[in-house]
Amino acid sequence: MNIFNILSEIEKVDGEVFERLDHISRRGMFSSFSKKTAAAAVPVMVAGMLNKAYATTSGAIDVLNFALTLEYLENEFYKKGVSTVNLIPPTDQAVFAQISKHETQHVNFLLSALGTKAVAKPNFDFTAKGAFADVFSNYKTFAIVSHALEDTGVRAYKGQAGNLMAAEDKPLLQYALQIHSIEARHAAIVRRLLDARGFVPGAKAWITLAQGNPAAVYAGDDNLTQGGVNLKGLAGKSDAAISEAFDEPLTKDAVLAIAGPFFA
Amino acid sequence: MEKLQNDLSVVERTADILQSSATRRKFLRNAGLTTAAGVAILAVGCKKDESVAPAAGTVDLGSGDVGILNYAYALEQLEAAFYVQAVSTPYTGMSAAELSILTDIRDHEVIHREFFKAALGMNAIQGLDVDFSKIDFTSRASVLGTAKVFEDTGVAAYNGAGKLIKDPGYLLLAGKIVSVEARHASTIRDLLQPLTTSFAGDDIIDNNGLDGAKMPSEILAAVQPFVKTKLSGANLPTA
Repeated sequence: MNIFNILSEIEKVDGEVFERLDHISRRGMFSSFSKKTAAAAVPVMVAGMLNKAYATTSGAIDVLNFALTLEYLENEFYKKGVSTVNLIPPTDQAVFAQISKHETQHVNFLLSALGTKAVAKPNFDFTAKGAFADVFSNYKTFAIVSHALEDTGVRAYKGQAGNLMAAEDKPLLQYALQIHSIEARHAAIVRRLLDARGFVPGAKAWITLAQGNPAAVYAGDDNLTQGGVNLKGLAGKSDAAISEAFDEPLTKDAVLAIAGPFFA
Repeated sequence: MEKLQNDLSVVERTADILQSSATRRKFLRNAGLTTAAGVAILAVGCKKDESVAPAAGTVDLGSGDVGILNYAYALEQLEAAFYVQAVSTPYTGMSAAELSILTDIRDHEVIHREFFKAALGMNAIQGLDVDFSKIDFTSRASVLGTAKVFEDTGVAAYNGAGKLIKDPGYLLLAGKIVSVEARHASTIRDLLQPLTTSFAGDDIIDNNGLDGAKMPSEILAAVQPFVKTKLSGANLPTA
């Protein structure tokens, strides 16, 4: 097995393979990666790269860059949060450290899928222009912003799934869904903390009707019509239960309107 | 003879399809649902060519998007039956908060089940007989441990099925449901191991921060021990 041959074959269909590998190397797997040092790389690593999908269609690149922008936001938010002394109480640190770890993984994953097409990380203002002025000194504010970011993330990924249905994007669709459900797991645990810590008494892991703050994050989540059918009264269940059973998507524009104040 | 049977079965299926629209509307009315004029869901169902005949007594989930929806319907039937039982015979020491959570989840799963049943209409598979003989409904560890497996399995099932769906509307529906299943999974895991990393634990989340995704064949094999009715996904799409 000749690593040069493999890479040059890949380069024929993926002209950016060396840049992609260089990106991996920046993440610490190799001190440097180039055509010169390629021979030293283990084929296993290349096999790992090939298992990942690359965004090639313009639609997929748009979707993944949109996702990457949100993941940059979440990643930096949690990095700052977990490293701020006396912000997160010891009881809740394991939860936020795990969330933070996933957001870093999502950023790296999307970067490797996008290669040179990846957008640069913007600068952030986590006070959202002063709306959350004490976000890194008041745990309640931090938790509120956290759950809003996660619930927005769930709605954002959901809204983009339909844009990844081209045959060549199918692997990316699955990866996006696999990130989407992680965001939902995050949202659920933080919502439980909002209740447990008395920040939002009675908060549930799931979204009831359009309840929640900021209101824009939950707008339209009280929808009872699914697949063209109004489910009101289904199985004798309440409107609240029916709305909880389905999470609603948000358009890219709606997500950007919510996230906008967080961009410096 | 075999040819004749095949032809007959095609005729029957065609008749089913022709009837399904009208019957579905009737069903929805019976179920107390207001039907929108253009009930989008399940106007399809016509791509049933070349299907593999299931063995006697086996429920065939079908092919194409209808097959995927029946696959989801089967999983939701299983989950709903489980939580109905868990709430009606609470385990020893179930707290008020736990009862409230399990009741909410029961309602969500019953809603999912009834939604798929109504949406599939004549294309819906039968009600399944479940087998919960391995579950000790008096034991918190047994009930929540089973709930964890069912919810993680549900998440991986929807995540793996997304790419098999042809209709963007159905893909969106699957997306609307899977995140609720993920909220359940996170919550159940937190009940079992409070305030740890378990809600999205390293036991199921990979090093890229990705949740599970499994193909129907793998999921069906995993859930079959809980379902007396034999399920066949032989005609489901595989790509």
